[in-house]
Amino acid sequence: MTSAVLQVSDLRVTYYTDSGRTKAVDGVNLTLYAGERLGLVGESGCGKSTMALSLMRMIKPPGRIESGSAIVGDENDNIDMLKLNEEEMLQARLSRIAYIPQGAMNSLNPVMRIGTQMMDAIQAHIPRATKTEMKERAEASLESVELKRSVFNMYPHELSGGMKQRVCIAIGILLSPKVIIADEPTSALDVVVQRQVMETICKVQEKIGAAVILIGHDMGLMCQITNRVAVMYAGKLVELSTVREMFTDPMHPYAKALIASLPNLENKGVFQGIPGLAPSLLKLPSGCVFHPRCQYAMDVCKTTTPEQAVTSSGRYVYCHLYGKAGQPLPGTPLTKSEATNY
Amino acid sequence: MRLGYILRRFLFLIFVMWTAATVLFLIPRMSRVNPIRERFAALARSTGYSPKDLESIIASYELKFGLDKPLPQQYVEYMGSVLRGDLGVSLMAYPKPVTELIGEALPWTIGLLGVTTVLTFLIGTVIGALAGWPRSPKWVKGMVPPLMILAAIPPYILGLLLVYFIGFRLKLLPMGSAYSAGLTKDWSIPFILDVVTHAILPAMSLILGSVGFWALGMRGMGVTIQGEDYVNFAEHKGLKPGRIFYWYYVRNAILPQVTSLALAFGGIISAGVLVEGLYGFPGIGSTLGAAILANDYFVIYGIGYITVVAVAVSMLMVDLLYPLLDPRIRYGKK
Repeated sequence: MTSAVLQVSDLRVTYYTDSGRTKAVDGVNLTLYAGERLGLVGESGCGKSTMALSLMRMIKPPGRIESGSAIVGDENDNIDMLKLNEEEMLQARLSRIAYIPQGAMNSLNPVMRIGTQMMDAIQAHIPRATKTEMKERAEASLESVELKRSVFNMYPHELSGGMKQRVCIAIGILLSPKVIIADEPTSALDVVVQRQVMETICKVQEKIGAAVILIGHDMGLMCQITNRVAVMYAGKLVELSTVREMFTDPMHPYAKALIASLPNLENKGVFQGIPGLAPSLLKLPSGCVFHPRCQYAMDVCKTTTPEQAVTSSGRYVYCHLYGKAGQPLPGTPLTKSEATNY
Repeated sequence: MRLGYILRRFLFLIFVMWTAATVLFLIPRMSRVNPIRERFAALARSTGYSPKDLESIIASYELKFGLDKPLPQQYVEYMGSVLRGDLGVSLMAYPKPVTELIGEALPWTIGLLGVTTVLTFLIGTVIGALAGWPRSPKWVKGMVPPLMILAAIPPYILGLLLVYFIGFRLKLLPMGSAYSAGLTKDWSIPFILDVVTHAILPAMSLILGSVGFWALGMRGMGVTIQGEDYVNFAEHKGLKPGRIFYWYYVRNAILPQVTSLALAFGGIISAGVLVEGLYGFPGIGSTLGAAILANDYFVIYGIGYITVVAVAVSMLMVDLLYPLLDPRIRYGKK
């Protein structure tokens, strides 16, 4: 495997609300390799976006990053986003780790030309760049997302939704960052434009050799685009596997249920929902957060938080059904009730 | 396309002025009160002398003012005189033309109210912008409530307090009038300084009384804008907070403030009536007050007319200025 470009370890983010503390991200470990596309999926409010924002150091009060590290870069040249001072952190944004926002419709300043909004990003990181250099760089970036150079002189309201999203991508890749976080970049677009935008992201990502974290709900899109998929549930990472393993042989009961809930061609019209609702982050269940909804819940699940298990193929899973090396433990409901087949 | 835009705005201005003139023509003529008769009745009340041939005197005045002619003819002649800039003759300062009366008072009002409006706008907008910005220190955010309390007090009450404490007790500044008696009105330095000293108290009562509204408006807009996706994305780009503050936050939040500024400019003539009266300031407000007391319809209507024109002209200015501030308006309409 190639070298890691992002190593997140024990990341914890808490929101201090009036009704109590909510652990929006609770002890996430994650490694992202160069050139890789990682999907991050989970229900709304499970902490996907919070995790992404904490990597950008964009968590605002009442939220706080409690602990953890997020090392961006390879062994020779790396920084820990969570330990930089204000000045260094501003420099690291966009140049090392870029964020492509969810709401591209409103992510561009309506009173500034596209070009100006691109050039101020360049200038913030390369103060000595001349106007000609900045313009050339911005226009080249626009071209690489298949927009015309003339977009440089346009205002956001003159662009369509898909074009605005492309502009956001063009801004994201201006400084060839090592890591790109795309937070539901296509959620506001129709499927045709969605596909074009995703292809654009993949193309520019390969061109600049960045790794991508793609956040979203669209499992179909994840299946087509990503190499590995991470599933989050109630602020915790529950499973991280390659896309093939995730879709054919999910390990964690939540991941199993999630995959089973997808429509497929074989059993048309038969959908398997996940019983119950996602827990409130204010009042999380004890032990494993998924146990009240889990088909395989055991006594130990109610009291003890599962440890990370790593399989020989590098999958992570957090579940009492598996041993340290990810092997199914004998005598658990999973091994007994294999026949029920979720 | 841009020329068409400007042309449309000008046509609209002319339409507004015409409508205002027509309404001002119709209102007194729909009323049963005859201003000339009222004038003589007031004279009779105050002097105890009532002319025997009152009716014929009134008739001769009506002839003089053209009030005996049929309404359409009056309308045409009236419109003709409005076009020539003739708003009639004042009754209280007869035979001074209304335009001359307004012309004497207008510079004072524009000087005082114009400057205070701009100052209030600037101070209030800056305070409001800082108060709505999450990174501002606490004391800046704490400035808005006291300003709101000041704004809740009518400016003439504030004016009375200022006159009493600063003018009367401390004797720091003159209590009234626009300049010291005995000085000749010219552009000499001592006279200008004298005018400025006299203007400080009325200006302060106007500024303190309304800066809170501007601050509140800007803060409200700012709080919305600072949560906008484009402000967040600007932070994701790693821009310096100063750059985001001005180009992403203030530039967007200020748009409604500019509209309010134009309306405030249009309203400066009526805004100062009480404060001008309180300080004996020789502006339009004082003139209007005097005209109301003296039943001087022609002056009241004249001032009403220029108020409408002032609002219309400031709206035109805003319409012409807005496309420079907000590109969405520039090409928005066909």
